[in-house]
Amino acid sequence: MSKGNILFCGVGGQGIILASEITAMALISSGLDVKKSEIHGMAQRGGAVVAHMRYGDKVYSPIVELGSADIEVAFELLESIRYLPYLNEKSRVIVNTQKILPLSVATGMEEYPPDVIGELKRFIPSVYPVDAFELARSSGEVRSVNMVLVGALSMFLPVEEELFIMAIKKRIPERFIDVNLKAFKKGREWINNIQEVGHK
Amino acid sequence: MSDKVLISGNEAIARGAYEAGVKVAAAYPGTPSTEILENLSRYEGIYTEWSPNEKVALEVALGASFAGVRAMASMKHVGLNVAADPLFTAAYTGIRGGLVIVTADDPDMHSSQNEQDNRNYALAAKIPMLEPSEPSEAREFVKIAFKLSEEFDTPVLLRTTTRVSHVQGLVELGDMETSPVMPGIEKMPEKFVMLPSNARKRRIILDERMKRLKDYAETFDGNRVEFRDRKRGFITSGVSYLYVREAFPDASVLKLGMVYPFPEEMIKRFSREVEEVFVVEELDPFIELHVKALGVRCRGKDLIPPYGELNSFIVRRAITGEERLLFKPIDIPQRPPSLCPGCPHRGVFYALSRLDVFVAGDIGCYTLGALKPLSAMDSCICMGAGIGNAHGMEKALGRESTGKVIAVIGDSTFIHSGITGLIDIVYNNGCSTVVILDNRTTAMTGHQDHPGTGMRVTGEKGREIDLERLCRAIGVEHVYTVNPHDIKATMDILKREINRPEPSVVIARHPCVLLPEMKKRKKPLYIILHDKCIGCRACLKLGCPAIEWVPLSKEEAMRLGFKEKQKGYARINSVLCDGCGQCAPLCKSKAIVRGVREDE
Repeated sequence: MSKGNILFCGVGGQGIILASEITAMALISSGLDVKKSEIHGMAQRGGAVVAHMRYGDKVYSPIVELGSADIEVAFELLESIRYLPYLNEKSRVIVNTQKILPLSVATGMEEYPPDVIGELKRFIPSVYPVDAFELARSSGEVRSVNMVLVGALSMFLPVEEELFIMAIKKRIPERFIDVNLKAFKKGREWINNIQEVGHK
Repeated sequence: MSDKVLISGNEAIARGAYEAGVKVAAAYPGTPSTEILENLSRYEGIYTEWSPNEKVALEVALGASFAGVRAMASMKHVGLNVAADPLFTAAYTGIRGGLVIVTADDPDMHSSQNEQDNRNYALAAKIPMLEPSEPSEAREFVKIAFKLSEEFDTPVLLRTTTRVSHVQGLVELGDMETSPVMPGIEKMPEKFVMLPSNARKRRIILDERMKRLKDYAETFDGNRVEFRDRKRGFITSGVSYLYVREAFPDASVLKLGMVYPFPEEMIKRFSREVEEVFVVEELDPFIELHVKALGVRCRGKDLIPPYGELNSFIVRRAITGEERLLFKPIDIPQRPPSLCPGCPHRGVFYALSRLDVFVAGDIGCYTLGALKPLSAMDSCICMGAGIGNAHGMEKALGRESTGKVIAVIGDSTFIHSGITGLIDIVYNNGCSTVVILDNRTTAMTGHQDHPGTGMRVTGEKGREIDLERLCRAIGVEHVYTVNPHDIKATMDILKREINRPEPSVVIARHPCVLLPEMKKRKKPLYIILHDKCIGCRACLKLGCPAIEWVPLSKEEAMRLGFKEKQKGYARINSVLCDGCGQCAPLCKSKAIVRGVREDE
């Protein structure tokens, strides 16, 4: 039986909702039940954003329990560590190393923590840092950061690559499909390379 | 049809209403309810409108019902407070075409000022209420609600919460239905004219109807007993049902799809068949009190928190006491929502932060003006409250308050319920100043149009309400319009108007930067000339996310050619800068100037 809990987190405006939608579509087309929960309204104005996704043969609760996220996909570096209580030693964390400064940091009231990845690794062995911004830029569209991360995530899900590609083609406006597919592939390759060199 | 689609609870409600043949739907935007009407407006053959407020929305839907068509009004939980007046009397008149009222509650206040539990409205107004657990049930329950409405001649409430409205799940689409009611004008004064003599008769009918609904609740499919292990029996509804199933997959459950009126016999029978009864519900002990009133022993709010959202973890821990070893949160900078770079509201709040005034605020994106570093809002209660609050403060303090109190309110909020407050100021010889933050949209809920923009939910043009003329017509003689990006002009006008011993309105007008036409425009860029910045931090007081502070050590300061004492310098993040230019005049060293974007 295949089941899992995914937490998508980042900053409002990073395309988290679209990324989670495409992931959900791919999971569904492989025959799984999916529930996905997110917050709209005031929370979206540049604030921290989190979307919960659960899949399996039959899913009841739409919310990931504390300590039980199998995979966290962090769209921003600092956000990767905000939801630590949702993770456990076996969780996998895919983290975009891009920094977006919270207002308190931008205005000099607080400091951006210097070594987020190091801190994360104190708790979680399986951390996969990705420079998704750079990979997106090299695929021709900086706004496809979210598809790089979907690509990276897809490597850990029980779903064939083809189903993700179908979901992207279905959900993304036609003129942007190519760059998004390119970004998606870059994300997959990145994880593949990390795993080949035996990185944990 | 047996297509399964992944859609949200709100989309499912719209779909259910469409399948039920709804003909008229009205709403005012409010998280987490907004997408219901937005989705309905995309179906053919349904009249949809953004009403000025929820009271009007419900009155429109009720009127459509009088005309014999199926109608729906949808709103967030606090919106039902605004619509409560027609709600209570609609219970007396009953309906002609099916009438469904959706209330979307927001436990945990993700985007609300309170977390009231609107199940209490069902009890208070004597209206049946259905509560779905997930999107698939939401679609199904809307259709049932329309049938019930017509069968029992009553409005029906459908209650969701954020975790039903904004959860996406698989939904099987259903077939279209038609109402047996014939559209047309039918005069039924004894039913529809609630003169005391008629209302007294309807009051008795209302009571009889509730009795029949109680009997119906006993046989309603949506109220269902699932016997498994009988050691623990859970009575629950809505999303809490899913948390119970997740936390205790082997336990017996009585799931209430109709949370009012209660199936009393079913509850009693279920309770006798299990060893221990637990009531699991978010917010108030609504079901629990009723179960206890039946003389059934149960546990509930002595274990389950009466505020915030639940989840399967909280439910399991509350019942079993089981603790789980978790990573503790790490102390890192918070990331609260903030006004966007280029937000026109920022200019007004910056100006207000420099004046020593009490700012009576209101509901919208601009409530974020209360946050640091602007800290320029001193009260926020509900839609429209700021204007009445300012007037009340002025009357309480008399002359002492002149120049010390001001009201700020958004354009959509002003139309929703600010106009009557302004009339009060004029009529009662008040002298408050009201600032209308006119960003040409209902921004916080996702950019819905409103009477002030003149565009309708369908994308068609309607008639635009002219705010200046409206204020003048009410009797405000001093109405001024200012561009809030011009901070100096804004400051000057605010200073002048708050000291004026007469009512005045300042309309701070500039479109929201997130509106499509603003996003598409070529954005200017501002930069900070490195060598001119003296590190005074004046620009940082705007709280613009695009302006960043770079701290310097003594050595770095010297190396970069700054004065040794300079603690840092400011720079503008060109990706975030929207080019509003509010910051430039604030810099005394004239270090902030127009720049050129890379792609220009």
